[in-house]
Amino acid sequence: MASTAPVEVDRPADEQDLEPDIPWIVIVWNDPINLMSYVVYVFQKLFGYSREKATKLMLDVHHKGRAVVSHGPRERCEFDVSRLHAHGLWATMQKDR
Amino acid sequence: MAFERVKRTRRGGFVLKIPPAERELLTTLPQQLRAILTEGDAAQDPALRRLFPPATLDDERINQEFERLMREDLLAERLRSLEIMERTLGAEHLSEEELSAWLAAINDLRLVIGVRLDVTEETTAADFASFADDDPRVGMYAVYSYLTFLEDHVVSALAGGMA
Repeated sequence: MASTAPVEVDRPADEQDLEPDIPWIVIVWNDPINLMSYVVYVFQKLFGYSREKATKLMLDVHHKGRAVVSHGPRERCEFDVSRLHAHGLWATMQKDR
Repeated sequence: MAFERVKRTRRGGFVLKIPPAERELLTTLPQQLRAILTEGDAAQDPALRRLFPPATLDDERINQEFERLMREDLLAERLRSLEIMERTLGAEHLSEEELSAWLAAINDLRLVIGVRLDVTEETTAADFASFADDDPRVGMYAVYSYLTFLEDHVVSALAGGMA
């Protein structure tokens, strides 16, 4: 969301998250319904991860309750979250700090 | 081990080997999910909130913006998957796209039923053994178990083509 507009002196503080250099992360949370095999399949399909990497992430979700599955600019993470929601996974995004 | 309900063919499609009784069971499910998706109220229905979770844990502004931008497309995608599943319920062969729609619809159905039944990772059929036979939860859990079984076969068939 780069902008060439003049600096706004009264810019709301919470717009700082529109700055592209603040990384965001996408987290998938454990849930009791989605099958382990399905979650591995979704990670492979959406992110192109190897079966090995997708399985490790799924096991992190299962055992630790959550795993970071992708990161990047806010818009990229919003897209990933929407894809994960379309597949029924419980995903959220947050600033990485 | 029961026979495989779905098998990838050499030509890239899939063969469905689902017995008539199981297809019959599946017939009634898409319209029930469609009713929940199109007529339900997320404020009243935790299953809908599970299908359309917020984008963040605590940023209401982003959550509202995300819902405004994404909700309609996500709903349309879910309804499209249901339509494809309904249209191909009697099919012997499915394309990869059609089977992916089945998977999406089956998983959504499991999420809705799972939320309704409040299932946990420890839930088994034994938890429903003490319920009266006419308790609707007994039948719902039977459907849930069948969908779990079928989804496992669908995922195996689809994932079998991955690197």
